[in-house]
Formats: sequence, structure tokens, C-alpha cells
Amino acid sequence: MASVTPRSKLDARRLLCPMPVIRVQDRVAELAPGTTLEVVCTDPGALTDIPAWCRINGHRILETRDNGEEQVVILEVGAS
Amino acid sequence: MSDPRKAVALISGGLDSLLAAKVIQEQGVHVEGINFFTGFCVEGHTHAIRKKERARPKRNNALWVAEQLGIKLHIVDIVEPYKEVVFNPRHGYGANLNPCLDCKIFMVNKAHEWLRQHSFDFIITGEVVGQRPMSQRKDTMPVVSKESGSGDLLLRPLCAKNLPETLPEREGWVKREQLYDFSGRSRKPQMALAERFGLKDYAQPAGGCCFLTDAQYASKLADLWRARGSKQYEMDDIMLLKVGRHLRPRPHFKLIISREEGEGNYLQGYRKQYVSIKTVSHPGPLALIDGEAGDEDIELAARLVARYSQGRDAPEVELEVADREGNSRLLRVRPMPAHEVPQAWHL
Ligand code: SF4
Repeated sequence: MASVTPRSKLDARRLLCPMPVIRVQDRVAELAPGTTLEVVCTDPGALTDIPAWCRINGHRILETRDNGEEQVVILEVGAS
Repeated sequence: MSDPRKAVALISGGLDSLLAAKVIQEQGVHVEGINFFTGFCVEGHTHAIRKKERARPKRNNALWVAEQLGIKLHIVDIVEPYKEVVFNPRHGYGANLNPCLDCKIFMVNKAHEWLRQHSFDFIITGEVVGQRPMSQRKDTMPVVSKESGSGDLLLRPLCAKNLPETLPEREGWVKREQLYDFSGRSRKPQMALAERFGLKDYAQPAGGCCFLTDAQYASKLADLWRARGSKQYEMDDIMLLKVGRHLRPRPHFKLIISREEGEGNYLQGYRKQYVSIKTVSHPGPLALIDGEAGDEDIELAARLVARYSQGRDAPEVELEVADREGNSRLLRVRPMPAHEVPQAWHL
């Protein structure tokens, strides 16, 4: 499967929820609609929380991955 | 038709704030949520740390509530400015170190600031008269409105009929007769209203919404302040208070000992900030030393750590002590028997 190439990256490792969501929220506020953002986390809760935050705020999840140690969420910034 | 009025709702993730927002939404008002992160919130953390709890699906209740309501949620990090509330609450603490009244005032004040920046019309909270002993009393509710600077822009839909009319009611943005008159500690009216709205599976946290209401947590925080000689904390401190068992065998240092693998992994991440001890000869916990420990102290600490390892009944246990730079040495000690550990050492 062709992976998405993110244009912006965010390191949210070692942060516990809801901090990764707050970091995503703050970063997304600076990005133009249509931009992709890759977030790397170590709190598996982020795999639930970041997609939930995206759904309610109108952003799209493109991909989520979990290798047991790190979780990756790739999202596309929606129109605000 | 003119644009609907706009309300910002304080969303904690519990049932009351969910209902309050829903009641106003039903009146045709545009509602968005705001949720404050103080660092002490019950949400998440320990769940993420303790391995056995990882298996259970977890959710952030504030996000879940927003999704149920179909509203936007703005999560605001107030960790730094909130410290002043915890250190010097003008209205004092509740049963533990929870500065509930000052906390409410602070959050409503922040919501009011947000309202002005975003041109919203009023603020709503899920407060109910008489629900909580400190911040939600008939005499303290006006204090929140006044000291937060929000005045009569603050509407509590669940108990509005027990309180003086607010601006949104006077202006006809919301109909007072469609608001509620809940009071007291009973949860029945809220549960009945939830049923009417067809809401299920909502969170009903016991006690308060944060760790400051937890007696054991508060006593660990008070110990930290005593040991440091002043009220202070960093984010790492308040996270570590949620992890492991804490023992203070001497006034100038304490031990944080992992209780299971997940906590051990979490504490690993702090090995550059604290001297750490790990059992080598037997499976056992990882421990951090918070404070300045001399050689004798380290030996005592090692004996305590050994006591929580599988070598507790062995004549000797070998441990590795590592400093913040990662230099390590081995130490052999006799595990401390249970009767030699005074109860007072346990925080
Ligand atoms: S329980 Fe904690 S978060 Fe809730 S009002 Fe009291 S101090 Fe604030």
C-alpha cells in the first residue's frame, strides 16, 4: 500500500494523554487546510483520542499504526 | 433569520456538563466546548502507564462528550497558570488539596477570556446547587460568577431556576422555563434527564474530577512540598506521584518503586533525571531516588528495593545503582524484612 507522505511532523513521544491531543490541536491551528501531519506518540490512548479530536473538529485521519512501542497517526487538516 | 447565539460550555467529561450543554443546544444555541488540562486530571495517565490496564479500551471522556453532542472541543493547557491556584487558593482547600472554589473561578475566568476572543455570547457549566460541598453551594455560586468576572454571562442550565436570572435568560436567548431546578447531592434528576435525551454509557466519576481530591495523592503532594521546603511542582513531579509506591525513609530523599512492568517501563524514562536502582540477581522493580542520597542512604534504598523483588526472602540480593549520567555500579545487600519498614515511611 502506498503510504501517505506527511508534510509536517510532530513528536509527541513520552507525553501522556491528553497532552498529545493538545500538541496536535496547537500544531493544526498553524497549518493550512489540506496539509498532512504525522504524529508519533508513546501513549496508546492517543490512537483513540487523536482520531476522536479530529472527528469532532473536522479533520481527516489518513492512517494509524501501532508497533507496540510507538503509535503513529497521520491526519489531514480540514477546513476550519 | 439571524445567526444563533453562541455559548461556550465547560466540559469536564462527566454527565452534568454533558447535560447542561445539551439543554442549551436543544434551545437552538450554537455550543462549543472548552476543557481545561491542569495536570491533575483523572483522565488517562495511570491507564497509559499500568500495563494490565492497557488492555481495556480507554477514552477521553471530554472528547467523548463533545462527540455525543456533535460540538467542537477546545482543550486548553493551563498547567503553568494553574499552579498559583493550587499553591495559594484564596478560598482554601476542600477535604484534601483540592482548591475547588478557586479552581472553578479560574476556569470560568479562562472561559470568559476565550468567549471575548471568539465573540461568543455566554458561558455554561454543569454546576448544580448543593451538589458539591465547596464550589457548588448556594452561597458560593455567586462568588464564581463575580470573581471570575463573567457576572451574569454565566448560566447554569441544570439549576438556573434556583438562581437569579442571567443575561441570556433576560435577553430571551434561552427560555428560563426550559431550564432546570436541580439541587442537592442526588444524581437521580440527572440520570432521568440523560434517559430522556437517550444518553447512555456516560462517565460518572466518583469523587472529584481531579487527583487533588484523592487523599493518598494529596498526602504525597504535601510530602513533596514539605521535603522541598516550599510549595512547588513540575509536570514530572505530579505525574510521578501517580506512579509506583512512594517511601520516604529519610527526610532528604524518597523512593519511587514500580509495582508492575508498565510502571517500570515508565520510570525508565526518568533515569537521566534521577538516580535509579534495579535488582539484578532476581526479578524485581525499578526504583528512582528523589532527593540527594549519600552512600548509606543508597544502601538503605537498595535494601528497600530488594524487599519488593522476588529475592525478598533471599539472604542477599544484587542490585545495580545508576547515576544520572548512566554510570552504574553493583551492590549486594540483605533485603529489608517487612517488620523493619516503619509504616510512616509509606506515603
Ligand atoms: S475536583 Fe479538582 S478539577 Fe474539580 S473543581 Fe475541584 S480542584 Fe477543580
